[in-house]
Amino acid sequence: MAISLDDPKKFKPLVSQAHQVAMNMLRPISRKYDKAEHEYPTELDMLAAMIDGLSESGASEGAGASGVRRDETPEKAGKKADAATTKNGANLASVMSIAEMCWGDVGLLLSMPRQGLGNSAIASVANEEQAERFAGVWAGMAITEPGTGSDSANIRTTAVLDGDEYVINGEKIYVTAGGRADHIVVWATLDRDLGRAAIKSFVVSKDNPGMKVERLEHKLGIKASDTATIIFDNCRVPKDDLLGSPEIDTKQGFAGAMATFDNTRPLVAAMAVGCARASLDLTRDLLAQAGVEVDYDRPAAVQTAAAAKFLQMEADWEGAYLLTLQAAWMADNRQPNSLEASMAKAKAGRVGSDITLSCVELCGSVGYAEGELLEKWARDSKILDIFEGTQQIQQLIVARRVLGLTSAELK
Amino acid sequence: MSLLTSLRPGGRHGIPTSESRDPIGMLVAGLNRLAQSDLLDRVGLRKQAEQTVFTVTRTGFATMTKASRTFARKGATKPGARPAPTTRTGVFDLTPSEDEQMLVDVVSEYAAEVLVPAAPEADETCVAPEAVLKAGLEIGLPILGVPEALGGISEERSAVAGTLVAEALAKGDMGLAVASLAPGSVATAIGLWGTDAQQQTYLPAFTGDDVPGAALALNEPTVLFDALSPSTTATRTDAGYRLDGVKSLVARGDEAELFVVGAVLDGQPALFLVESGADGLTVSGDPGMGVRAASMTRLHLDGVTVPADAVLGAVDGSTYRECVRLSRLAWCALAVGTGQAVLDYVTPYVKGREAFGEPIAHRQSVAFMVANIAIELQAMRLVTYKAAARAAAGKDFAREVALARKICADKGMQIGFDGVQLLGGHGFTKEHPVERWYRDLRAVGLMEGTVLV
Repeated sequence: MAISLDDPKKFKPLVSQAHQVAMNMLRPISRKYDKAEHEYPTELDMLAAMIDGLSESGASEGAGASGVRRDETPEKAGKKADAATTKNGANLASVMSIAEMCWGDVGLLLSMPRQGLGNSAIASVANEEQAERFAGVWAGMAITEPGTGSDSANIRTTAVLDGDEYVINGEKIYVTAGGRADHIVVWATLDRDLGRAAIKSFVVSKDNPGMKVERLEHKLGIKASDTATIIFDNCRVPKDDLLGSPEIDTKQGFAGAMATFDNTRPLVAAMAVGCARASLDLTRDLLAQAGVEVDYDRPAAVQTAAAAKFLQMEADWEGAYLLTLQAAWMADNRQPNSLEASMAKAKAGRVGSDITLSCVELCGSVGYAEGELLEKWARDSKILDIFEGTQQIQQLIVARRVLGLTSAELK
Repeated sequence: MSLLTSLRPGGRHGIPTSESRDPIGMLVAGLNRLAQSDLLDRVGLRKQAEQTVFTVTRTGFATMTKASRTFARKGATKPGARPAPTTRTGVFDLTPSEDEQMLVDVVSEYAAEVLVPAAPEADETCVAPEAVLKAGLEIGLPILGVPEALGGISEERSAVAGTLVAEALAKGDMGLAVASLAPGSVATAIGLWGTDAQQQTYLPAFTGDDVPGAALALNEPTVLFDALSPSTTATRTDAGYRLDGVKSLVARGDEAELFVVGAVLDGQPALFLVESGADGLTVSGDPGMGVRAASMTRLHLDGVTVPADAVLGAVDGSTYRECVRLSRLAWCALAVGTGQAVLDYVTPYVKGREAFGEPIAHRQSVAFMVANIAIELQAMRLVTYKAAARAAAGKDFAREVALARKICADKGMQIGFDGVQLLGGHGFTKEHPVERWYRDLRAVGLMEGTVLV
């Protein structure tokens, strides 16, 4: 094979399809649901039906988070028997289509029925039987608690086995799509004394009487996406709904639950990349209308300050985009990618913020006013440097890996 | 008026032209002049100064360029052989081909075993040791980009292989990498754009045992230099062209027997082949902050005449533009290699260095700096590889190479900067190589020409 970092040819139709959806479905309602926080975007039901239809017909591959599944055998993926073949598969397809959809609107992408982060968790950790049983659900992801953010090993929500059921008690906050999803994947500990190894995830149906959506947050951005507080009060869950193995393996530790993040971090990086490109594309156009064209061959120092800034932003963007593709490509080719996934999220998260905020500044009051979406993207992008592991958590992961230090050594 | 002007301190020694001297300043300036006359003898520094004088000599005096060998004219005035573009599968892939990997392995060994130990002295003396360059010839560096049909080793466009090789070399030392890549860059250029006659005339020398020194001269000593608008001019004459201008940061110009010089012809930049024996050609030392092992020189062209067939490639600006882009690509690859050297050096250092009773790596402010080096370095690498792969496939890569240059200039410098910072005071001394990498990495955003892939 040969080194090539252009967009995979086989996903051109998928990406252009997602682009058309983003442009013609999401953008027209983007401001509407930024204003009408907590209102359900009914338009998305139609869209979800259309996407389901496309996947049925095989015209689409991994249009969302649910496309991510790592244990696909080469045979299953329809790969040729040639062992040297490099695969461009579901992970690449997912990050590319998600970036495209987030070029449309991050909040709406996060509200896509049956494309929740909980679906990624199910895809990552569920056994075959569970994967089949939970196919087609819309699952939100409940990890964060009022007293526990980045230190997710420290959660207090408990699950106690009682006969054939686990009884879950605790409070979860910041559950994306928590109000709208029909299922919630919740992290709870089987035994607080056994630390991270005892943390397991459970799929809980919305009609379970022990689970209650308490309230929805009012936020800086991604207002189209609902963010819920959910209370588990003696919530009884069949023991078969514990994802993965119920064994507490202190050696394996956190690996089971954390494996979800290796899959979802490239997706969030893709969201940041998509949102930032929306800002870049519009700013390039607005600058051109103002008489500023970026010349790729001339040194930045002999161009306008706006053009020079644009070059820097686009260069950073390209780096973030390619790191994201790299992480997904490694997953497609069954290479361990948790270092690269964190690199991608760290770079994309900070670049997404720098680009969207700088584009507002470059475009002046046009960028700041609600007449354009630039100010909205500068608000939406902030969460992408926070959820699924903040910038600082990603740096911690990368640093520990690169330096070969344990979490006890590098706190 | 003229006296006043000559007494002004500005315009020299880094003093802005607007500065003026008051009476005390005059007195100090006079004392300084006096003190300099026998300063060295009075403090017994004569011997130690000899090395400095040697280096200054390289800087201060213009000399004739090296007498050129006779490049016997051969071949026909038809287009030369061209390396084929690489075939594209449309698959996103980060795996080098087997051939590329073998090449990288060989070059990495050369970098680790030959370049690394030679680097400090080569930096100090501004000379790449003969043995180092010879070893580079043995592993085929000059013919890397020359098509097989012309005696080289490349079956197709070698931009990716060249990028990987430049990166691997710079992991050893950027200055020595530039010194050993400079002749091959000229050979690659002739392979890419030369006529049959130019290829037959010049390339046999590069594929043989006695490889000539050669240099790609695009940079000029002007502030806000724009490579696409050089002030060096080419004027048509009856027999060919007359070239006038000054080129800066030309690697090993004093030993070069063949130059590729950028000059404006009829309003468009173009490339010219200039043999070192040409009248009106002089070379002077031009050592800089870093990349010193490449023996940087200035090339003065004062009414240099070249024959009509000295033009390399098209005169509509397209060849020149591609040359500038491929050269920037090479500098990006060099930045990635040197960045990797920094990361590989600071990683064990911060784990071994203790402060406040534990390794400094256990502190987030230190560890995060290392993490950011790793993250930005990988971003630089991927953006560079993307541009290289497009260049090799014969696709437009103007945007990609511009982005690679920007990210490699910005983040490469940051990596060099943090490399010194992580070692603290130790990083500032010559006991460790990080100060050299700091100086070398500053070159990436401003270099034009000298090497290409």
